[in-house]
Amino acid sequence: MGFNLEPFATYLIGEIMSEEAAATGPLPVVDWLKGAGTDDPYLEGHKCGECGAVFLGERDNCSSCGARDKMSPTRLSTKGKLYSYSIVHRSFPGIEVPYISAIVDLEGGGTVKGNLINIDPDPAKIEFDMPVEVVFDDALGRKDRDGNSYISYFFQPAA
Amino acid sequence: MSDVYIMGVDMIKFGRFPEKTVPQLGATAALMALDDAGLKIQDMQALYCGNLGQASAMVGQRILQEIGQTGIGVVNCANACATGATAFREAWMSVKAGVNDVVLAVGVEQMGKGLLGGSGGGTGIPKEGLLGSGTMPAVFAEAGMEHARQYGTTFEQFAKVSVKNHHHSTLNPKAMYQIETPLETVMNAEMISYPNTKLMCSVNVDGAAAAVLVSEKKARELGMDRAVRVKASVLTSDPYSDRDLVMPNVNDVTRRAASQAYEMAGCGPEDIDLVELHDCFATAEILHYENLGLCKDGEAGRMIDEGETALGGRIPVNVSGGLLSKGHPLGATGIANIYEVATHLRGEADKRQVGGAKLGMTHVIGLGSACGIHILEKVA
Repeated sequence: MGFNLEPFATYLIGEIMSEEAAATGPLPVVDWLKGAGTDDPYLEGHKCGECGAVFLGERDNCSSCGARDKMSPTRLSTKGKLYSYSIVHRSFPGIEVPYISAIVDLEGGGTVKGNLINIDPDPAKIEFDMPVEVVFDDALGRKDRDGNSYISYFFQPAA
Repeated sequence: MSDVYIMGVDMIKFGRFPEKTVPQLGATAALMALDDAGLKIQDMQALYCGNLGQASAMVGQRILQEIGQTGIGVVNCANACATGATAFREAWMSVKAGVNDVVLAVGVEQMGKGLLGGSGGGTGIPKEGLLGSGTMPAVFAEAGMEHARQYGTTFEQFAKVSVKNHHHSTLNPKAMYQIETPLETVMNAEMISYPNTKLMCSVNVDGAAAAVLVSEKKARELGMDRAVRVKASVLTSDPYSDRDLVMPNVNDVTRRAASQAYEMAGCGPEDIDLVELHDCFATAEILHYENLGLCKDGEAGRMIDEGETALGGRIPVNVSGGLLSKGHPLGATGIANIYEVATHLRGEADKRQVGGAKLGMTHVIGLGSACGIHILEKVA
């Protein structure tokens, strides 16, 4: 009977990888933000080959039509329109307010939620369907317990 | 199949009871419902218990440890804010199926203070305030703003929901608060997540409610005087919609449940005399006027403006004070709503009585999502 080294191998590789990541640049805030640390970050959707539904994050099956194993990755657009929002004035302790929580429909499919920045948090200034673009930046200085910094996505009014 | 009847139903006054345990609160409501039915715990053939905060801690059995360990089957269930309605429905189903003749359903919750909602969780860094907001006031604000984009619904119209429900609660001694809140007070209260101010958010309270459900045979044996017939019991989950996984869709899940409930009850929204619906936030109530068919799409703003959903209006909504003022103890809410409607159908709602009420509806939403709807009918 051999000794099962698999858990140790995972542990060792995990350690090496996290050191590597800390050394090479920021980590993605969500696993569907690709190209973190490069000059070409983007959001990735997974599109159903049967019905065309677009999801965030990898999955095997489609919750719209039930198709199995028809998902393929697709690069999401950086252009979109503001669908809905709320201006958050009270959040959990330590979270800076106010901020605009925005629901954005991206061109070509995919709906994403995030902070809408570079606009006054004032309902009189925010218009439904206003064109917005996806931009990438440091995750407001937030770091994980290993000291890694993160890259996040934000929405801002389209130029 | 036999009709199912509510023979006993009651709720404790909602409030904050840190000195009590969850099973103690549930046991109090259970005994009240048993007394209302004129029955004992020894008469019960099963217990269906709804609780969220201690979902893995056998709350139903611990209630029996407080009031009588008779050895009956106990089902503990959790379904977000639809937890109480789900427990009631499971109880209903066991009688409807002919498995049991007399069962007890209890919903109970003990709540902390403060914001509800996920912060994104998982590994890495906190996502709240970075990838938008997962707090409940913001999520339901976004749902309300979707209505605003479609129909031009205003902050003032959303706020009027709170004015109405807080007014209703002044007539309900079991509500957490009984305080009038004029429109200016609601609109000028601390903004939590635009357009929901603090007075447009439901109140986190402790609470418990319970019901005794019986078969038709048992109801005839016990006497039909105060019996309330369950005309429809429906539970749905959220069907796929384009934005659902980013922006929980509380509309489609409700519309699906409402159409099934009307079909099961053989009636339409025009036949309903009062509604207790899920006003977890003021924005939500507006959406559900349309989702439940109380008005046509796009008319909800007009409905609140014209007072159609106030006590004395065309179709009174949340005359108990609603979650906004009566309070929202998550697992208890779905049975407390049933208590409210049943009390009106029995003609026992005192100052807030909806005159001549024969048919009433209860509705709850558990985000994630579940929708539970019951239609109840006056018997005698």
